[in-house]
Amino acid sequence: MLKDLFYKKRHRYATVAQTNRRPRPEIPDEVPPRDVPKGLVEKCKGCGALLMARELQKHAYTCPHCNYHFPIGGPERLEMLLDEGSFEEFDAALSSEDPLGFPGYREKVEKAQQATNLAEGVVTGAGRIDGQALVVGVMDSRFIMGSMGSAVGEKLTRAMEAALARQCPMVLFTASGGARMQEGILSLMQMAKTSAAVNRMHEAGILYVSVITHPTTGGVSASFASVGDIILAEPGALFGFAGRRVIEQTIRQKLPDDFQTAEFMLQHGMIDKVVHRKQMRDTLATILRIHAARGWQDAGATGV
Amino acid sequence: MPGQLEFERPIEELTKKLDEVRAFMRQHGIDLSQEVARLEAELEQVRARVYGELTPWQRVQIARQPGRPTTLDYIRGLCSEFIELHGDRNFRDDPAVIGGIGLADGRPVTVIGTQKGRDTKENVYRNFGMAHPEGYRKALRLMKQAEKFGRPVVLFIDTAGAYPGMSAEERGQSEAIARNLLEMAGLRVPTVSFVTGEGGSGGALGLGLTDRIYVLEYAWYSVIAPESAAAILWKDSTQGPRAAELMRIGARDLVELGVADGMIREPVGGAQKNPQEMVARVAEQALSALRELAQKPLEQLLAERYDKYRQMGIYSES
Ligand SMILES: [Zn+2]
Repeated sequence: MLKDLFYKKRHRYATVAQTNRRPRPEIPDEVPPRDVPKGLVEKCKGCGALLMARELQKHAYTCPHCNYHFPIGGPERLEMLLDEGSFEEFDAALSSEDPLGFPGYREKVEKAQQATNLAEGVVTGAGRIDGQALVVGVMDSRFIMGSMGSAVGEKLTRAMEAALARQCPMVLFTASGGARMQEGILSLMQMAKTSAAVNRMHEAGILYVSVITHPTTGGVSASFASVGDIILAEPGALFGFAGRRVIEQTIRQKLPDDFQTAEFMLQHGMIDKVVHRKQMRDTLATILRIHAARGWQDAGATGV
Repeated sequence: MPGQLEFERPIEELTKKLDEVRAFMRQHGIDLSQEVARLEAELEQVRARVYGELTPWQRVQIARQPGRPTTLDYIRGLCSEFIELHGDRNFRDDPAVIGGIGLADGRPVTVIGTQKGRDTKENVYRNFGMAHPEGYRKALRLMKQAEKFGRPVVLFIDTAGAYPGMSAEERGQSEAIARNLLEMAGLRVPTVSFVTGEGGSGGALGLGLTDRIYVLEYAWYSVIAPESAAAILWKDSTQGPRAAELMRIGARDLVELGVADGMIREPVGGAQKNPQEMVARVAEQALSALRELAQKPLEQLLAERYDKYRQMGIYSES
């Protein structure tokens, strides 16, 4: 009896304490960014094999031994995805402000800009896959964990509006730790803004494909990443709301190794298809082709 | 022979004899062509007799034969390109229901169906084609997606029924089926369904409220599986054959009762004897139905769908 009381008390205490210190899950936390290969020889994070840079490039930056998908930047992604010379970039100069005067934020952005040669964490534009026009966006996990602030939200929204105006499909590669905490509530509101734009596309019957790449978590997974008409994912990509460490602390249990991987989320009904990077272009081409095909109206009735 | 049914034994025996005579002829160089011809003619007669006089219960047995084409086979027959899509965006991807998008005769379709396994291992994975709520919800998600893009939906039904288990109840099996009926009644694109084997009650109807319903010659579609009916009516599940006779669950009955729009003939002995032929016939019927339905203005399509179900039922009033 006494023991029971004690236990209950402890339990309640633990719960309250956890609530108090529960990190806001929309803020990027413990997902380690994977390094983009840049040297002559890279060590595979999946199996430890040493891979020559040329070999890596030949395999679309995936390990030929264990299929580990190395992270790649926006420009590399677009190069392997789009028809040669078809890319027309949108808003290349759009970049972040520092709305809260957050200590160190400007420096952090500048550092990311220098490291990635990008103005912000997403590249957007129009292009073609197998001759078929689309609007495309690629988030870059190297840019402050691919986090979404006002600039990323604005670029994504403009890209979606461009898809609407051009009446062509939108394909979005996501990679993000979530909302960008240095912009506070304004970054949270980018979830709302982008979702409103997704809704416009939906109402207008625009095809929207989201492609989950490593890692897609927090506020990005809880907004536009999860509501594509079709959701593809790269093998092994982390896709979830709260981070592993937060969950483990909260439930006091060890999570399975494959927790929140693309394959895990496929089994749990959240993803349409896991697609190897080498097959991504062909898969998207087929999806676009099916959606561009003429309808049945002029097929002619034969039998009744 | 694997998958041979009791009533098919005379055919099996004659076939075996014919094979033996042929082998003997080859081995010994003796001309027995007259005997072969006589046996062949006899075999044809026996076949015609056996398959011409099938009882409702024997048809049920054929509908359950392994080796019949499955939904995936029908999809391959119908679509030149196909991408399977997964998940209900809610709980789990149900392997008992498959669906996706493709091109049929160069035009876009969404195809959905229950999926039985080819062997024990796959059947365990597919839960013997018995869907959980998430299977029906996946189907609904894909139907709403089809509606958004204005492409018709083709559905293949071959299930003993919705899965009757605890997990299914906890997640709302009834709600999932009910929701599909509600939504399919108003889906703003043409819908065509095929009962290709077993049409087990609400589990089948949950994918089958469509503008057109076609039933394969030996398929059955019923409010309850005949054995289960026997168990309830006479407390004796071995009386399935009697229930099958009484309940009018065969393709011809369904057409006569106004439930099915047409019966699709199966190859002699059933779809499993010539899966390719069966798949081709079904694909042809699907294409012709899609072409026909595409001619109808949307409001007419929906009004006719309403009337179709509005008229089901036989009653008197005085
Ligand atoms: Zn490796």
